[in-house]
Amino acid sequence: MAFDYDKWIRPGKLPHIWCPGCGHGIVMKGLIRAMDTLNLKKEETAVVSGIGCASRLPGYIDCCTLHTAHGRAAAFATGVKMAKPEMNVILVGGDGDGTAIGGNHFIHACRRNINMTYIIMNNYIYGMTGGQFSPCTPTGHKASTTPYGNPDPGFDIAKLAIGAGATFVARGTAFHANQIDKLIAEAIQHKGFSVVEILDDCPTTYGRRNKYKSVIEMMNRLKDVAVPVKAAEKMTAEQLQGKVLTGVLYKDDTKPEYTAEYAKVIERAQAAK
Amino acid sequence: MSKKVAFLQGNEAAAHGALYAGCDFFAGYPITPSTEVSEVLSAELPKIGGKFMQMEDEIAAMAAILGASLAGAKVCTSTSGPGLSLKQELIGYGCIAEIPCVVYNVMRGGPSTGMPTGPSQSDVMSAKWGTHGDHPAICLTPASVQETYEEVIRAFNLAEKYRTPVMVMPDEIVAHMRERVVFPEKGEIAIVPRKSPTVPPEQYKPYDTSFGDVPPLAAFGSGYKFHVTGLNKMQDGFPTTKADVVQAEEERQIRKVDANIDDIVTFEEYMLDDAEVVVVAYGSTSRSARFAVNVAREQGIKAGMFRIKTFWPFPDKQIKALAAKVKGIVIPEMNLGMCSLELERCAQGKVPVLGIFRVDGEPINPDQILAKIKEVK
Repeated sequence: MAFDYDKWIRPGKLPHIWCPGCGHGIVMKGLIRAMDTLNLKKEETAVVSGIGCASRLPGYIDCCTLHTAHGRAAAFATGVKMAKPEMNVILVGGDGDGTAIGGNHFIHACRRNINMTYIIMNNYIYGMTGGQFSPCTPTGHKASTTPYGNPDPGFDIAKLAIGAGATFVARGTAFHANQIDKLIAEAIQHKGFSVVEILDDCPTTYGRRNKYKSVIEMMNRLKDVAVPVKAAEKMTAEQLQGKVLTGVLYKDDTKPEYTAEYAKVIERAQAAK
Repeated sequence: MSKKVAFLQGNEAAAHGALYAGCDFFAGYPITPSTEVSEVLSAELPKIGGKFMQMEDEIAAMAAILGASLAGAKVCTSTSGPGLSLKQELIGYGCIAEIPCVVYNVMRGGPSTGMPTGPSQSDVMSAKWGTHGDHPAICLTPASVQETYEEVIRAFNLAEKYRTPVMVMPDEIVAHMRERVVFPEKGEIAIVPRKSPTVPPEQYKPYDTSFGDVPPLAAFGSGYKFHVTGLNKMQDGFPTTKADVVQAEEERQIRKVDANIDDIVTFEEYMLDDAEVVVVAYGSTSRSARFAVNVAREQGIKAGMFRIKTFWPFPDKQIKALAAKVKGIVIPEMNLGMCSLELERCAQGKVPVLGIFRVDGEPINPDQILAKIKEVK
């Protein structure tokens, strides 16, 4: 039987704003399947975002949803989680929102290891504003503000998250749709700050400037560059050139989780009273 | 039983006022000269099961309190000039999304880093015009340590009652001086709770104006699910660009404050009955003004003081009435003329408005004010 997405979609809120060929809808469906698999209670789940195309996702989901300001999702979400630690708090957004204007909040949420899940849809571009380069746009590529090719080197979001202290880091792609829900579900179940980067596509503002003739070509690129971590173990450095690892890249169950640590602060303060 | 008394600094009193008001979540970032608020609350909040967070920056602190408030907490942050500038976008978010919160801002010299340890009153315009767009503004300017304690409590009450950010802005002198504070008993000062929804979750709309200009606010995680955005929104919380809805919602947000000015605006009238010269003052400057008025009276000059306690909304009605009966208004302030602009607006050219403006990090002394009082003919 086909999965019933409608029970998680707010009535009357579709169609969404995303362009034909955009992968954000695929990610949203993955998130919905993950929430459904885990039997999350809608009233006990907050989906928090910043600004951008990907950040419009919460408006469609039938939960407690918070569409904040550009880059600030992690900081708002931290407040929600601290006030209601029992809630499931899921962040969604794009690469520009999360790693440029929101970069500071992102790394500090990783450092605190606060029990939330951040899904970053990385389409290498600022889509909503018309295709300006982001910290994830590959060097040399074209954007509306890099007409001569992007001089900036890009971020590796997963490495950034691991380096900053996140304790669960995974990567998938919009092409590998069936893997997205599994990665997100595992991330939500993890006790700590979890990051799921989904490599995505923006045919409208990125693809056409960079000589991708069709959405299919962009999806095929995602298919071609992705190498599951298990498969990569058997490959040489040469074979891995230009490839991107997918799957669960990092997991640490030993680092203390922030809301639990703060509960201990309260215990210590009350014992000393 | 005698009341509890303490010798406190303004910032410490502010922290204790927040606790009396029921604050259970505070997020801040270290900044001179307001950091003592963080220090006291980091020690006191966990004792009552509340939470203190030192965030990665000023913006994050503002974001965290907004998030926590939406999840049902009573929230506060503290900062000073540069931090206030950084928080401004999200103060606007709090205004449009109608999220109760208290922003305690100690006024130091500016712009930019300015004089971090020097007093100033140059953030009063930022309190109203700092964030972009039209929005309601409430800003309280206490003049003593006791008043800082009480005004922080009132700020929480106003934030919850009108579902909007409220600022408390002592100048650095008030924030750092030490005075005797008499703590009220529990229940002595009424604490205003947030208006909660009375409808079942399926009927709830976060901006439902059938309950008045201040719609009830549910908390995330309390059985209600709803959407919050910084976009212009409809009553159900979802974004819209429909002209009539946007216009009506923007006007309602302003009306929350404008229609309740008499409930919000507070002031002190000192020797005004027969006054021919009125000194309008706020914050620590009013202490010099009171001294100057006393000396002027001893010298036979009919001077009085109108002390602004609530800077925003501005006490238009009271200033207009004064302008109709006095010969001149004297305004001492630690900026280059901010309150004076408002006074000129209210005086409408009927009486001269004489300013004493200092931005050198030194307080305005009574002699300066007395000399200006004598200039009024």
